[in-house]
Amino acid sequence: MADPPPAPLLALRGIGKSFLGVRVLDGVDLDVAAGEVHAVVGENGAGKSTLMKIVSGGYAPDEGTVEFAGRPRAFHGPRDAQRAGVGIIHQEFNLLPERTVAENVYLGHEPVRRGLVDRREMLDRTRRLLASIGETALPADSRVGRLGVAQQQVVEIAKALALDARLLIMDEPTAALADQEVELLYGLVRRLQERGIGLLYVSHRLTEVFDLSSRITVLKDGRRVTTVNTAQTTADELVRHMVGRELSSYYPQRAGPDDRGPVRLTVRGGGNRKLRGVDLELRAGEVLGIGGLQGSGRSALARALFGVAPFTTGDVELDGEPVRLRSPRAAMRAGIAYVTEDRKGEGIVARQSVLDNALLASRAVFAARSGRAARTARVRELLDAVEVRAAGDDQEIRFLSGGNQQKVVLARWLALTPRILLFDEPTRGIDVGAKSAIHDLVRRLATDGAAVLMISSELPELLGMSDRIVVLRDGRIAGELPAGATEEEVVALAVGAVREAAA
Amino acid sequence: MTALSLRPARHAVPGVFVALALTLVIGWLVVLLDGGQLFNQSTTVSLLHVAAGLGLVAVGQTLVILGGSLDLSVAFVISLSTLVAAEAMNGSDGAMLPAIGLALAISAAVGLLNGLLVTKARINAFIATLGVGLLLKGYLDNGYDGPAGESAPALVRTLGYQRVGPVPLSFVLLLAVTAAAWFALSRTRFGHHLVAVGGDPEVARLSGVRNDRVLITAHVLCSLCAGLAGVYLASRLGSGAPRVGTEGLYDLESIAAVVLGGTALAGGRGGVLGTVGGVLLLASIDAVFNQLEVDAFFKQVIRGVIIIAAVAVYARRAMRKAGS
Repeated sequence: MADPPPAPLLALRGIGKSFLGVRVLDGVDLDVAAGEVHAVVGENGAGKSTLMKIVSGGYAPDEGTVEFAGRPRAFHGPRDAQRAGVGIIHQEFNLLPERTVAENVYLGHEPVRRGLVDRREMLDRTRRLLASIGETALPADSRVGRLGVAQQQVVEIAKALALDARLLIMDEPTAALADQEVELLYGLVRRLQERGIGLLYVSHRLTEVFDLSSRITVLKDGRRVTTVNTAQTTADELVRHMVGRELSSYYPQRAGPDDRGPVRLTVRGGGNRKLRGVDLELRAGEVLGIGGLQGSGRSALARALFGVAPFTTGDVELDGEPVRLRSPRAAMRAGIAYVTEDRKGEGIVARQSVLDNALLASRAVFAARSGRAARTARVRELLDAVEVRAAGDDQEIRFLSGGNQQKVVLARWLALTPRILLFDEPTRGIDVGAKSAIHDLVRRLATDGAAVLMISSELPELLGMSDRIVVLRDGRIAGELPAGATEEEVVALAVGAVREAAA
Repeated sequence: MTALSLRPARHAVPGVFVALALTLVIGWLVVLLDGGQLFNQSTTVSLLHVAAGLGLVAVGQTLVILGGSLDLSVAFVISLSTLVAAEAMNGSDGAMLPAIGLALAISAAVGLLNGLLVTKARINAFIATLGVGLLLKGYLDNGYDGPAGESAPALVRTLGYQRVGPVPLSFVLLLAVTAAAWFALSRTRFGHHLVAVGGDPEVARLSGVRNDRVLITAHVLCSLCAGLAGVYLASRLGSGAPRVGTEGLYDLESIAAVVLGGTALAGGRGGVLGTVGGVLLLASIDAVFNQLEVDAFFKQVIRGVIIIAAVAVYARRAMRKAGS
């Protein structure tokens, strides 16, 4: 157990919260010192986001006290917490894409001179603020919608700092970032630390937690399991605290040489605006991992195969027969399923029920009314089989955790009994427990004879799951690696550090 | 992301001004071939008069649309305002200013009601303002069969017919109101907050913006603009007219002008300058067709095509922007 700092910036004592009689938090203690990065980990549903909302003024706790900067506080809403110096960086950014960086940073407290907004002052202050966190390259008068994700995050942070935040809550800050952008965030976090700002860092990615934090608090089922000094713990131990299992049992058994069936899908010379000269074979029974940097054409490959942005050159063969996959509908009819990377934007219909979401694809493809009852029954079975946890089939899907939403998406595709499954970042933003459930499911599909193509930015996942790995770079295939390849080999191919790797 | 895309956010000339220029040039040529003259004194004056009336309404409409709301009651507010002003003046110059004040105050009250229904009662703006509009319609239909009251002669002389060269005083009023609205949007906290509320109400709220207050203010301003348009129409007509707003299609035309001007119907993007461009475009098309003595029904068809085409162009642009 780690020692609490002598005079913490934030001290939570015995925090409890219930919703509709369900206890979401129970007796949680937590301290953050100035200049400290305190990580909070736990499965989805462990109570992390509720706890963060209590700290940032979104909810009032039912029990316990919040002490900030030495004084007990009861924040009335986010604005009150902001004024007191608690800023929160949400997973989905709270920015206006049509407005400039400066307008976003000072929204709600624009500098005013003689009753009018002082635009020059606003720009100057924004520039100074950005410079103070080492972000001089970011133009203060640029429209936010033109910026990349990482830069938008910087704007979010600047927005919090403009309110003199002394405590920053970062909720899954790397969820939307590419690998090289994560490095930039690391630098930023350290500079914030040097300024004496306390950070509450919520993340699923243990690597980051170990890289950045000095202490880690593990939540499980609304209770604090433990708080440990980061230097004195291991990833294995943390995962055990979170789910009660060892890291080594994390990935399911790979396919043996006998498990691989015939070639299902062949691409020869496939190309379009984002891809060039792609040659690929996908066999029944295998999980083919696709690696590469953000923008290397990984998603473009899946989208080409699913007919979203089809190949404009080259040939595709399905079970030896030439096919033209010109629309998602055509791809679905050919037995291909695609689990998109952007779950919120492309994967789910947020305001529809769990059942409607799960039925979406079957309804669209099998238009006939006949067999509707059977279809619904089958989808219900599938929802059970993938262990979706929801209040009921008619609950709106937006109220489910990311992991459960993803399971519903999976059930939707399984209802079509696809022979080829394309997974694009299937476990992004999903907690550890649901993650391994999805890993198991992906492997089981392959074992049952499906051909699986899986894109992942998380190297351990890519290496742990794949029977072979194809690495893309600049829209071309940079090389192929067998099972048992190392992270270094994948990265080397992805960044072009080696000319070619033999298959 | 290239360095080029990091240029500061300069708002390009809205496409509506290009369309306006084209319309004027082509219209001028066509009218010329037809043996007429598009830019003679009387057509220009009447074009600017049409633009002034619609423009006053559309500038107000721009504010609510920018905030993510909408006002369908403007046509009825206009009619009501003409009646209140004309009846209170009753032909006397001495009563002119108090009467204008009364008309504007009543208009503002309608705006306040709209704003409260949209924010506090959380009724969809489309339904809330339509409902308030119908309420006013009931009152107008019940109380008036035709023109009533008499506008003050001084008002008719000035706002109604006074000109500076070919430019009517009313158009100068429109320019002043537009300038004020532009200033409010770009230089006041209210303006910044309004665009934020329209862009993303949740972001605005979490940034400490008092969304309801901002949106109510926008609705009051919108109705004030409609009330002002009513006063202007009373000055033109010499009396109050219970159906002038609806017959002039000021509700839908004002929304069309806003959209033509490049303001996003969902809010959060756009401005009043584009709206004035949209108003001038609609007025120019009118002027050209009037000169050519085109059939009124055909005229409507053409306007419909132009509005749809404009929105299609904006949609394509937005798509390209998102794709890049």
